[in-house]
Amino acid sequence: MTAETIIQSLASGLLMGLLYGLIAVGLALIFGLMDVVNFAHGEFLMIAMYATFFLFAYFALDPLLSAPLVAAALFVFGAVIYLLIVRFAVRAKANAGMVQIFSTFGLAIVMRGLAQFFFTPDYRSINHSWLGGKTVSVAGIFLPEPQLVGALVAIAAFVALYFFIHRTDFGRALEATREDAGAVALVGIDKNRVFALGWGLGGALVGLAGAIMAIFFYIYPDVGASFALIAYVTVALGGFGSVFGAFAGGILVGLVEATTALLLPPSLKSVGIYAVYLLVVFIRPRGLFGSI
Amino acid sequence: MDKDFASRRRRELIVAAVLALLAALAPLFVKDVYVQNIMVLTLMYAALSQSWNILSGYCGQISLGHALYFGLGAYTTALMFMKFGILPWFGMLSGGVLSALIAMALGYPCFRLRGHYFVIATIVIAEIALLLFQNWDWAGAALGIDIPIRRDSWLTFQFTRSKLPYFYFALVLAAIAWFVTWWLEDSKWGYWWRAVKDNPEAAESLGVVVFNSKMGAAAVSAFLTAIGGSFYAQFVSYIDPESVMGFQFSLLMALPAVLGGIGTLWGPLLGAVILIPLTELTRSYIGGSGRGVDLIVYGSLIVAISLARPQGLVSLFSRAKKVPAR
Repeated sequence: MTAETIIQSLASGLLMGLLYGLIAVGLALIFGLMDVVNFAHGEFLMIAMYATFFLFAYFALDPLLSAPLVAAALFVFGAVIYLLIVRFAVRAKANAGMVQIFSTFGLAIVMRGLAQFFFTPDYRSINHSWLGGKTVSVAGIFLPEPQLVGALVAIAAFVALYFFIHRTDFGRALEATREDAGAVALVGIDKNRVFALGWGLGGALVGLAGAIMAIFFYIYPDVGASFALIAYVTVALGGFGSVFGAFAGGILVGLVEATTALLLPPSLKSVGIYAVYLLVVFIRPRGLFGSI
Repeated sequence: MDKDFASRRRRELIVAAVLALLAALAPLFVKDVYVQNIMVLTLMYAALSQSWNILSGYCGQISLGHALYFGLGAYTTALMFMKFGILPWFGMLSGGVLSALIAMALGYPCFRLRGHYFVIATIVIAEIALLLFQNWDWAGAALGIDIPIRRDSWLTFQFTRSKLPYFYFALVLAAIAWFVTWWLEDSKWGYWWRAVKDNPEAAESLGVVVFNSKMGAAAVSAFLTAIGGSFYAQFVSYIDPESVMGFQFSLLMALPAVLGGIGTLWGPLLGAVILIPLTELTRSYIGGSGRGVDLIVYGSLIVAISLARPQGLVSLFSRAKKVPAR
């Protein structure tokens, strides 16, 4: 193992980690807002990937161009899911935690079923996109362009999210609702509207991630499941409720995955991520940046 | 009050005995192998869900990693039989004890975690075990193990010609899991667990040793789950890591209890009786098209029940009972 291979895999681990962060941040946002874990988050990613695929297949729209459209579509989707399902799940008087887990989990199963029904279980991929399969060499390190652009998009999205939360009225309403959902009602903020927008925003972020992932990943009905667990671990690692934590957690997960892949057979590469999660929470039970 | 409670406990026992007797007679009328198969699975899931319910329902430590103990039970039995010729009955017991010990070893660091951190830890630990088994050549790696078929007998717990022995074993297993829950409900453990679930700080201040209560619940729950896994290995006579240790299995174990009523005595049984036949029927009648209709039906049902009946379907019965009492 030369220094070059190590740097090479750490660099691609970092890029992938930023994308993991982008996938996870919507989950972290929703959890921070209302203490709900969306167990259909992976399926949100899956439909974003399909949307990107079909926009490419039927309208020859490159994923880079369709990304904003897909994000917008997922925004609407997220808000609708909140209004149709989650709004009722959080109202449950008994077993609130279980109801949230299993209503969103049931939704995930339905979405997978619908994807199989309409799109068949076939694996699909986007060929000949602008970035697909291209690499760029930076100081002797080869970086795949889709991942590089994905990482840049992730950073841009994080910066935008930061300003959005801290500088806009809606962002302040979001923060206020998260601190005390009862009190905001007194100053005339509709809690449901804030939650719906929060779900929309969470959807838009994972939509953006899905559009980028569609460039270099196979698209199939179960694709979300494989990323969902990584997203949960990422959010928990960073600390539930912390948007910044999801970002940091993503980078850590990407680097750990790349390191594990160097040391262990490829089929065991996720073991490193899981082990680091356990190690972190055993030492620090609220994740790296969580507030409990 | 006390009298009411004692008579309710006695009534529960009588109802369970009657149900078990009726179930035991069922094969006299049901000769169809396909239906018998569904009955075996229903009883197995009732037992598994009842075991899961002890840790997650009564004690409130939601585990989505119970596939680990199920898989350990299945693998211990299958490996001991295949590699050393040890009869499955010993394998079953060893798998159960091993799982209980591992549950306590894992509980030691994990029970300090709260809420979603705990849930994700359980998922992640089961996932690590799955990946290790998939790469463990001696245990058949990802291809799994074909349990060598000897001849039909209770000694080797193999029956190729009839499903009935499996049916009766599953019935006994479900009955034991139910009885253990019934018995624990009114023991000091049962009260500790509910106290730990409702408010760990208050429980601790009243002298409940929260940590030990959780460890006890984990051990009992893992032991029974592993017995179920061991049974499953004998029943299907072929196991591979994904099919006995996959994440799906952890969910399948939890679902009957959640839908029937988490932390209740009858919830897991009721949930299993509704859910498992429905799953099997949708799978074979509309799932055959390979187009996911079974998933749509199944998923919608989970969403609908969890939204409409957050306290579980068992609450339908308790309400009916309360009305004449007024």
